[in-house]
Amino acid sequence: MKQLNILKKLLPYLVPFRLFFLLSIFMATLTVAAALYIPILTGHIIDALLGKGQVDFASVFSYLGQIAAIMLVSALAGWLMQIWGNHICYGVVCGLRNALFEKNAHLPLSVIDRSSHGDFISRMGVDLDQVGTGLLLGFSQLFTGAITIVGTLGFMCALNLHITLVVVLLTPLSILAAHLIAKKSYALFGMQSKIRGELTTLIDETIMGQKVVIAFGQQEQVKQRFDEIDGRMYPASLWATFVSSITNPATRFVNGLVYAGVAVAGGLFVLSGGLTVGQLTVFLSYANQYTKPFNEISGVVAELQNALACAKRVLDLLEEESAVSEVKRGSSDAKSAISPGQAVGKSEMENTENSPAKSAISMGGAAGKSEMENTANAPAKSAISMGRAVGKLEVENLSFSYQVGQSFLQNINFLAKPGQRIAIVGATGCGKTTLINLLMGFYEPDGGRILLDDQDVAGFTKESLRSNYGMVLQETWLKQGSVRENLLMGNPNAGEEELISAAKAAFAHSFIMRLPKGYDTPVGEEGGGISKGQRQLLCIARVLLSHPTMLLLDEATSSIDLRTERKIAAAFSAMMEGKTSIVVAHRLETIRTADLILYMDAGKIVERGRHEELLEMEGAYAQLYRSSAWHGA
Amino acid sequence: MGKLLIYLKDYKKETILAPLFKMLEASFELLIPLVVAAMIDRGISGEDTFYLWHMGLLLLGLGVVGLISSVTAQYFSAKAAAGFASQLRRSLFAHVQGFSFAMLDRMGSSALVTRMTSDINRVQAGVNLVLRLLLRSPFVVFGAMLMAFRIDRAAGLIFLGSIALLFFIVFVIMLLGIPLYKKVQSHLERILTITGENRKGVRVIRAFRREKEETEAFYEENVRYTKMAVFAGNVTAILNPLSYVIVNGGLLLLLHLGAVQVNGGGLSQGQVVALVNYSTQVLAELIKFASLILTVNQAVASGNRIQGVFEMRNHASQVDEKKQSKKEAVHSTYDVNSEKQNQEKRNQEKQNQENQSQENQNQENQSQENQNLENQIQENSAPPFLEFQEVSFSYENAGEKALNNISFSAEKGEIIGIIGGTGSGKSTLVHLIPGFYEASMGKVLLNGQDVKQYPRLDLQKRIGIVPQTPLLFSGTIRDNILWGKEDASESELWEALELTQAAEVVKGKEGGLHARVEQGGKNFSGGQRQRLTIARALAGKPEILILDDSSASLDNATEAELFREILAMENRPLIILVAQKVSAIRHAHKILVLEEGEILAQGVHEELMKTCSVYREICGEGALP
Repeated sequence: MKQLNILKKLLPYLVPFRLFFLLSIFMATLTVAAALYIPILTGHIIDALLGKGQVDFASVFSYLGQIAAIMLVSALAGWLMQIWGNHICYGVVCGLRNALFEKNAHLPLSVIDRSSHGDFISRMGVDLDQVGTGLLLGFSQLFTGAITIVGTLGFMCALNLHITLVVVLLTPLSILAAHLIAKKSYALFGMQSKIRGELTTLIDETIMGQKVVIAFGQQEQVKQRFDEIDGRMYPASLWATFVSSITNPATRFVNGLVYAGVAVAGGLFVLSGGLTVGQLTVFLSYANQYTKPFNEISGVVAELQNALACAKRVLDLLEEESAVSEVKRGSSDAKSAISPGQAVGKSEMENTENSPAKSAISMGGAAGKSEMENTANAPAKSAISMGRAVGKLEVENLSFSYQVGQSFLQNINFLAKPGQRIAIVGATGCGKTTLINLLMGFYEPDGGRILLDDQDVAGFTKESLRSNYGMVLQETWLKQGSVRENLLMGNPNAGEEELISAAKAAFAHSFIMRLPKGYDTPVGEEGGGISKGQRQLLCIARVLLSHPTMLLLDEATSSIDLRTERKIAAAFSAMMEGKTSIVVAHRLETIRTADLILYMDAGKIVERGRHEELLEMEGAYAQLYRSSAWHGA
Repeated sequence: MGKLLIYLKDYKKETILAPLFKMLEASFELLIPLVVAAMIDRGISGEDTFYLWHMGLLLLGLGVVGLISSVTAQYFSAKAAAGFASQLRRSLFAHVQGFSFAMLDRMGSSALVTRMTSDINRVQAGVNLVLRLLLRSPFVVFGAMLMAFRIDRAAGLIFLGSIALLFFIVFVIMLLGIPLYKKVQSHLERILTITGENRKGVRVIRAFRREKEETEAFYEENVRYTKMAVFAGNVTAILNPLSYVIVNGGLLLLLHLGAVQVNGGGLSQGQVVALVNYSTQVLAELIKFASLILTVNQAVASGNRIQGVFEMRNHASQVDEKKQSKKEAVHSTYDVNSEKQNQEKRNQEKQNQENQSQENQNQENQSQENQNLENQIQENSAPPFLEFQEVSFSYENAGEKALNNISFSAEKGEIIGIIGGTGSGKSTLVHLIPGFYEASMGKVLLNGQDVKQYPRLDLQKRIGIVPQTPLLFSGTIRDNILWGKEDASESELWEALELTQAAEVVKGKEGGLHARVEQGGKNFSGGQRQRLTIARALAGKPEILILDDSSASLDNATEAELFREILAMENRPLIILVAQKVSAIRHAHKILVLEEGEILAQGVHEELMKTCSVYREICGEGALP
C-alpha cells in the first residue's frame, strides 16, 4: 500500500526514538488497562451495597484503596505516554525539517528555480506541522483506541458472553452509519472546497489588484461577481456542514441502542442470577467506552491520512534530486541522497540518549553526490580549494539546457583577460542571465569548460570559486536583519571603518545615516522603509565590502534612478580597474566602454567585438542600437 | 467580535432554535441514568421483567427523540453559521470595495485576503460550534449536578466541588498554555522566515558562501522551536491526567458516601449507580468543552481581526456623502465649462495634430504651440484644464512630505513628462489627479474644479491610468479591456488595441478577444500585459491618459511604435508620462523634473538642458544619442 510505503520511509527518522516509542506503547497499554479496570472495582463496590445495614465496609474500603492506586497509575502512565509522544513526534518533525532545509542548501539552483518558494515554505511549515500533530493524535488515539476495544471485549467476555454478544452485534450499525455519512459529506465537502477555491481566487486577485479596481471604478462589477460565487457558496457550505455534523447524533443514537440493549439484557440476567447488579453497571459503563474509539476512528484515520499525505510531500522533495540527476546525466557514483538518519542525528535534542548517528554532523550526507552543491564542508572527492585568482577567465564551448534534449545555451566561447570588462547584450530571454548563473557555479554546464587562470573550475569547490566573484543581481535581496548584518554578509570580519567606507563608495552611507537607527536599522525582505534604489545601493555596498577579484554584474534596468546609477557606475568603474568583470549591460555607457561586447540571441553569441566594430558590422547589434531611441534619432 | 453578530440577524430563528434543540437532546440524555436507576431499584429488586422491558423501550424512545432534536439542531446551526459567514463575507468584501488608496496602504492587501478567507472560515466554524455545543456542555454538566443534588445533597456537593476544581484546572492550564502556544507560533514563524530567505536569497547566500552559517542558524532555531513545542505540549498534557484524577477522586467520594448512605438507608443501590453514571457524563462533556473553548478562542480572535477591518473608516467617506448631495450642482458648473473648453480645445488639437504629424518637429514650433495655448487661455480667461496649485502631500504615518508645493498646469492635447529619481514623488503626483489620494495642502483642479468635488465615477471616466505593474484580471481579454469602458463596441475595443500594439497579441491568442486571461494575467508576457493595460486605459477615450512608467517592460522598438501611435491619435488626450528615461519624454510640451517631492525645474527639453543641471545629468546618462 502506498501509505505503508510512506510510513516505511518515515521509519529512519523514528529510529533514534525507538526506546521512547517502545516505552510510550507500554505506557499506553498500562493507562488503558488501568482505566478499564476501575469500572470493575466500582462494580464490586456496588455489589457490596446490598441495602440498609448490609454494607460490607471492609471490602468497600479495600476496593476504594485499589481504585485510588490504579487511578494514580493510569494518570501517571497517561501523562508519560503523552510526554514521550510529544518528544517523539516533535523530534521526528525536527529531523525532517533539518533534512529538508539541508536538502535545500545543497539543491542545485536549477532545481530551486524550477519550484515555487511558497510551496517549499508550506511544506516546511504547514505540512510538517500536520505530520507532527497527525502522528501524535493518530498514533496515540489509534493505539489507545485499539487497546480499549480489545481490553473492553476481553473484560466483557470474562463477565458475561451473552451480553457481550449484544454489544458486539449492535456496534457495526454505528460504523455503518458513520461510513455512510462520511461518504455523502465527502462529496459535499468536495463541492464546498471547489466553490471556496473560486471565491479565494477572486478575493486574491481583486484585493491584490484593488488599486486597479478603484482606478477603473470596477467596484460594483467585482462585487457582483463576488456575490454570484458567494451565492453558490452558501448552500454548499450549509449542506456540507450539516451532513457531516449528523455523524455525532447518529452514532450517539446507536450507542443509545447498545446501552438500552445492555440494560435490558443485563437486567434480565441479573434476575436469572447470572449477573450481579455491580457487573451490570460495569457493562453499562463499558458500553459507553467501547463505542467511543469507533466513533473517533474516522476522524483519526482522516487525520492520519492527512498527515501521511503531508509527509509524502516532504519526502518527495527529499528524494527529488536523485531522480533529476539520473534523468539528466546518469549520475555516476552518487551515493544515495542524504541519509535521513544522519540528518536526524544532528537534530536530536541534548536530552536524548547518545545515538550513533549524532557524530555525523549532517553535511556529510551530500558528500560524493556529484549533483549536489559541493561546499568546503563536503568537498566532492576531487575538488580542491582555489586560491585567489588572477582573473583570466576563459569559456570553452559551453552549453546548457534547462530541459533534457532542448539545448538552451550553445557553443559559448570567450576569453576575458585579467582586468578586462565584458559586456553581454541581448534581448530578454537570450541567455544572459543563464550565462551568469553558469559562471557563478549556480548551474552545471552540460558541456564545455570554464577555465579560471587556465584551470578548469569543475575541479574546485564551489565555495572557493565563488569567493573570487562579487555579484550584484537585478533583484535586490536583503536578509532580515540590520543594515550592518546585511553588509557584513560578504565579509563577516570587516571592521567598522571598512564597512563605512564601502557604504560611502556605494553612495549608501548618507541615506543609511538618515535611517531611524542608522546601520542598526532593520531591513527585511520586502519594503522595510527603504526604496528599491536604496536596496540596490546596499547590495552594491555588500559586494564592495567583500573585495572580490572578479565581478559579475546584472545591471539594473530601472530600479535605480539615473543620477545615482551614474554615481554607482563611477564607483564600479573604479573598482573594476584591474578586475575582470562580466556585465549584463543595459546602459550605453557600460557597453561603449567595454573591452568586448558579446551580443547574444537565442542562447548563442551572434556578434562580438567593441562598440565601434559592432556598429560598423551593421548587424543585429547596430540595429538594436539604432532602434533604441523611440523618437528615431 | 461582538458587533459582527448583527450578521446573524437574518437567522434569528435558527440561532435560537439550534441551542434549544441541543438542550432538549441533552435533557433526554440526563434522564437516562434515572431510568437505569429505576430499572435496578424497581425492575431488578422487584423482579419485574415487564418493567425492565418497559424501561428498555423508554431508553430507546429517549434515543429516538434525542436523535431527532439533535439532527434538527445541527441543521439550524449549520444554516445559521453558513448564512452568517456568507453575509459577513459579502459585507466585508463590499466594505473593502469602498476603500481608498490610503486605507489599502494602511491595511495591506495580504492581510485583507486573510481576513476574507481563513478568518471568516474560522468564525464560521466557531459560530457553528457555539450554537451546537457552547450551551449543551454546561447544560449537561450542571444538569448532572442538579440531578445529583436531587438524589442526595452531599453527592451534589461532591459534584459541585469536583466540577469547580475541574473548571479551575482547565482555566489555569489554558492560561498557561495560550501564551506558550503563541511563543511556539512565533518560533515557527522564525523558522519559516529563515526558510523563505534561503529560497529567495539563495544566489546571494551562495555567492557569499553563507550556506553553513544559514544552516546552523536554522538548526539552532529549529531545536529552539522543537523544545518550545514539546514544553508547551507537556504543560497542556497535564490536563488529561489531572482531570482524570479529579473525576475519579470524586467517584471515590461518591462511592464512599454511597456506602455510608445505603448502609444508613438513605440511598438505594440504583441511585448510587445513577450517581456514578452522572459523573462519567460530566467527564465526557468537560473534555468536549475544553476543546470547544480553544476553537471558540481562535474564532473570537479572527472575529476581532475582521471587526478591525470594518472599523476602518475613511475620513473621506463623510465627504463622500456630502459630495453626493452636491453632485448635481457641481455637474452643472463644470459640465458647461468643460463643454466649452472641449470645443475650443478640439480646434486647437487639430492644429496640434498637424504640427505633430510633421516628423522631426522642432523646438520652435513646440514653444509656439505652447504660446498659442497660453494666448488662448488668456483670451478665454478659462481656467487651465488641469492645474496643481501649491499641492503638498504626505502619506499616512510618514514623517516627510512625499510632495511639497507642487504647482503646474496642463492643457488637453499636451504631453507632460515627469522625470526624476526613485522615490522623487512621480507616482504620488499622478495618483493625486484621479483623487486616489487627497492633497494634504493646496488643490488639484480639473476644469477649474477641485478634483475632490467630482464624483468618483466621473473622474474615473475622464482619466485613464496605466499603473506601473501591468495587472490583468482573470476572465477574457475582452472583459479586461471593457474595464476601461463598459459598453465599448467591438470596433472601439480593436481601435484601442491597435493603438497600443496589442492587436497582434490578441490575434496571436486562440480565441482572440475571448481568449482566457489567467489570474494576474500570468499567461501573458510582461510586455503583452503592458500593452493590454494601456489599451484598457485608452478604451474609455479618457480626457487624461496617465502612463506611470508603463513602458518599462517593452522593448525599445515596440515602445517607439507605441508612442508614435499614441501621438498620432485623433482627439489626443492630455498625456502625462512618468518616466525614468529622457528618451520617453524628450518631446513633451512640458517636462517636470522632480527631486525629493519638489519640482526642481519645468520646461521643454532644450530649456532644461540649458538651465537644469540635474536634468542634464539624467540626460547625459539616460538618453541614447
